[in-house]
Amino acid sequence: MRDVAVIGVGLTKFGELWDKSFRQLTAEAGSKAIFDAGIEGKEIDAMYVGSMSSGRFVGQEHVGALVADASGFSHVHIPSTRVEGACASGGLAVREGYLSIASGMNDVVVVGGVEKMNDVSGNAATETLATAADQEWEAFFGATFPALYAMIATKHMHDYGTTKEQLAQVAVKNHANGALNPYAQYQREIKLETVLNATTVAYPLGLFDCSPVTDGAASVVLCAADKAKEYTDKAVKIIASGQASDTLSLHGRRDICTLDSTVYAAKMAYKQANLTPKDIDLAEVHDCFTIAEICAIEDLGFVEKGQGGKAVENKITTLDGSLPVNTSGGLKAKGHPVGATGVAQIVEIALQLRGDAEKRQVNDARIGLAHNVGGSGATCTVHIMEAV
Amino acid sequence: MKGIGIVSYGSNIPRYRIKAEEIASVWGKDGESISKGLGINEKSVPSVDQDTATISVEAARAALRRCSVDPQEIGAIYVGSESHPYAVKPTGTIVGEAIGATPDLMVADYEFACKAGTAGIQSCTALVKADLVKYGLAIGADTSQAAPGDALEFSASAGGGAFIIGRDNVIATINHTCSFTTDTPDFWRRAERKYPAHGGRFTGAPAYFKHITSCATNIMKMAGTKPEDYDYAIFHQPNGKFPIKVAKMLGFTYDQIKQGLLAPYIGNTYSGATMIGLASVLDVAKPGDRVFLTSYGSGAGSDGFDITVTDKIKDLARENAPTVAQMVEDKEYIDYGTYAKFTDLLYWE
Repeated sequence: MRDVAVIGVGLTKFGELWDKSFRQLTAEAGSKAIFDAGIEGKEIDAMYVGSMSSGRFVGQEHVGALVADASGFSHVHIPSTRVEGACASGGLAVREGYLSIASGMNDVVVVGGVEKMNDVSGNAATETLATAADQEWEAFFGATFPALYAMIATKHMHDYGTTKEQLAQVAVKNHANGALNPYAQYQREIKLETVLNATTVAYPLGLFDCSPVTDGAASVVLCAADKAKEYTDKAVKIIASGQASDTLSLHGRRDICTLDSTVYAAKMAYKQANLTPKDIDLAEVHDCFTIAEICAIEDLGFVEKGQGGKAVENKITTLDGSLPVNTSGGLKAKGHPVGATGVAQIVEIALQLRGDAEKRQVNDARIGLAHNVGGSGATCTVHIMEAV
Repeated sequence: MKGIGIVSYGSNIPRYRIKAEEIASVWGKDGESISKGLGINEKSVPSVDQDTATISVEAARAALRRCSVDPQEIGAIYVGSESHPYAVKPTGTIVGEAIGATPDLMVADYEFACKAGTAGIQSCTALVKADLVKYGLAIGADTSQAAPGDALEFSASAGGGAFIIGRDNVIATINHTCSFTTDTPDFWRRAERKYPAHGGRFTGAPAYFKHITSCATNIMKMAGTKPEDYDYAIFHQPNGKFPIKVAKMLGFTYDQIKQGLLAPYIGNTYSGATMIGLASVLDVAKPGDRVFLTSYGSGAGSDGFDITVTDKIKDLARENAPTVAQMVEDKEYIDYGTYAKFTDLLYWE
């Protein structure tokens, strides 16, 4: 296996991007990453694109070729593949790109993630997202993702004494971080009371416990680590890539408060990197709902099971805490264009390890982790990255 | 447009009201948070015998009662609405006949979502300027529709305003007007459909806010004015929140818009909204007051007006017709069942 480096990153602004098409978003993020890496089209060996449901959101499938075309590479006939794993589509695309370089097949790969979700109504977006749940056993009975994560939250509150205030603190922290990220959908700090007094979506989750519907795209350029110096002196290494699956439905799990796909993907990644959770300096975790961040920091081994709420309350995960989590603002404040999220997490970790995260820069960041989840936890990817 | 402007005005608001809370309780929603979110406490509801034609006639009669214009001198009537009672057969002819303005009369019904009324003011102003008519009557009125259970049900209401435009005895001169128009499909109702459809959040930033701010900026540029030069400002009010936000974006204060802000008490009267807002301002305006108005119609466009109130407003018999404030206060609450009957939500064969 060869070492793999991130040599370029690109993001569009996340938000309600009424004046940008799906095609424009992919081209913008991709061209920024390619420009950042300083590569040319003919040097790209392959492209991988994460997109969850472009067919339902914008009526466009066949996204692999579209992205290569929209990026202006139709004449070089780059192999381009779309990858889908619900909200983990971006993380899976990164992993596919990583594997193709690690295996020796490719040297330079562009990975993209994109979703344009605002072209359909809120109800249609919720329905489309619910296709990532078990249609026969969950969605058919009316369970949407807010409902499924609300069940996780109530069980977590019952089993471990986690409180609504602790859930709310995740949102407050992530909005504070988002306020420092010019690419974030929401760049405004919020108060605890605002979160607690917001309209209930599915008890105990209120409006501010939920990530928004977002348009956006992200891209990274991956390269064999030994060739990275030919292009840039700002490379960051991906030192581990883990992936795991679990039951598609929530009720099939041995414990609904534990995402075993996270546990196993993390175990795989820590083993490959020869590191433990204590070695991680910062993490981007999949906070599609506030409870998801609490479960994530437990399942990734940063805190004991059941202690996630307290860790947030004790401000361990704030920007100046001992383990900053979601410095980008997370899915909650940065936004959650589902197919782009996993790639955007890699972008944030790369910026932090390069020292390019500006106002939200974590001091002495050396090792970062990105955690991307599909559905209620049926798919998970964990990537560990290291500053060079 | 020296000397051309508003000669008289009138408005009409049906007296029935339904509270947002009452609608919310039927659909299992939280009325208080919806009221807070939309900035609408209650909305006006037309009775079974009220429609755009009757509201237009009432508003026009109120305008005529306040002045001494002979209806036979009115040479044009434009009725703007998205709820004309007939798909084919004009509302304007009903109004013309009812007020005694026929037959030497230009008439057309207008439709441009919520701004068809102000479009009528522009047309009348142009006809007067061209000396083709002595007086023009521009009306904006609606009994707007909302599908049961849709978010629009909390706002879609009924009401209208009528303005006589001319050169003589002008109570408020229209110094400048312009429009800002694009093809932006944020809200629509296809032919044969009973209820409109909308693009959710797309109706905000790229639609309402873009068009109003662009038009308002253009009209201030044209007039060489700044927000602080105005005593009153009226913005289209699809709910109670948007006009406050757009005013703030443009640099107007709440004090400038509150007299013309009716949405919290009567909902969104669509083509009537800015017309009733302007009528409310004229109810209290003094000579020399400067008034700023920007309407918005989905689809989409905005009409902007820079208006100055003249000394003649003192001679207008404003007391001959009820003020907007009086009509807002003259109300009777109904429950959802009565609302369903009045607004034709019930079907049987």
